[in-house]
Amino acid sequence: MPRISAVLLVSAIVFAAASGINVVRFANGQNTGAAQNANKAQGLAAWEQVYSVLTHPRCINCHTATNYPQQGDDRQRHFANVVRGMGGTGVPALKCAGCHQKTNADSTGVPGGHNWHLAPLSMKWQDLDDRPLSSAAVCRALTDRAKNHGLDGPGLLKHHEEEPLVLWAWNPGRRPDGTMRTLPPMTHEQFVAATRRWVEAGTPCPAGN
Amino acid sequence: MATFKLTINGRRREVTVDPSTPLLWVLREDLKMTGTKFGCGISACGACTVHVDGVATRSCIVPISHVGERPIVTIEGVGQDPVGRAVQNAWVDTDVVQCGYCQSGQIMAAVALLKSTPKPTDQNIDESMGGNICRCGTYPRIRQAIKDAAMQIANGGTR
Repeated sequence: MPRISAVLLVSAIVFAAASGINVVRFANGQNTGAAQNANKAQGLAAWEQVYSVLTHPRCINCHTATNYPQQGDDRQRHFANVVRGMGGTGVPALKCAGCHQKTNADSTGVPGGHNWHLAPLSMKWQDLDDRPLSSAAVCRALTDRAKNHGLDGPGLLKHHEEEPLVLWAWNPGRRPDGTMRTLPPMTHEQFVAATRRWVEAGTPCPAGN
Repeated sequence: MATFKLTINGRRREVTVDPSTPLLWVLREDLKMTGTKFGCGISACGACTVHVDGVATRSCIVPISHVGERPIVTIEGVGQDPVGRAVQNAWVDTDVVQCGYCQSGQIMAAVALLKSTPKPTDQNIDESMGGNICRCGTYPRIRQAIKDAAMQIANGGTR
């Protein structure tokens, strides 16, 4: 009988120890999961900041789903029957570069930047009725390397940091009436910081359509 | 004021103007090259079209300070080029012009189209010429003249 008790006692200790280990392991798993969730939540919050810039008229006006660019804060169709053309640079007698020079022309109110052109249709951020796509849809397009010229997270960050036409959004020049064009809802530095947080979180995208 | 050295129709020209002066004003007022027309002044009609480094450009909204070293071709010089000559011949043969005010811009646009698209489709013509407005409505004859010029060039050049 004492021998049986001793066996039971040892078994109980082993079981408890094993259970304890399991409890510790489970707790660590919870911590890891919680940390991942928090990281994803921060990434998604950063993405929403990025999205608020991408859908500002200075950016989205050239990310159309249609055969034409837009202009102005009301995102009206570009005047003079301007069309997309091959490579998004316009058509032979009506190239973007026929008006848009390498820098803004504040005396005439025409914006300019290096290689002025429309974004490819794979990077459309609007529907065919010129309504901005949802946050989830834009995020999916932006992170699809089959659509985004093969850019991974660091590549997207570099694009947001250095691409001249992205930088132009924070230096858009004057309208023909001499007033300044509106700027995206945060500074370029804040935009890059938000992109970095989103990329470091693994470029998470919101659920939904 | 600043001095700008320009190459226009193969000739070196020098002007001293305010850097913000549009190229059109330099051509018409300073150099007295009045073949290029002022239409709307906001790049919406195409009457002021010239070529800057081969690109059909709305000269009314491009400040002279943005032109740099790039060569300029205007309606006065486009006939020196085989494609330009073919287009001008086709314009005359087809009797395109009515009032004529927009036609220098129309010809410059048509030359730009044919230089990059030797056999333009109707869609090519509509898209490329769609930014050049003609109040007389000569569009059908413009389309025909472009096709005739394309054929003239394909058949061995110009008269």
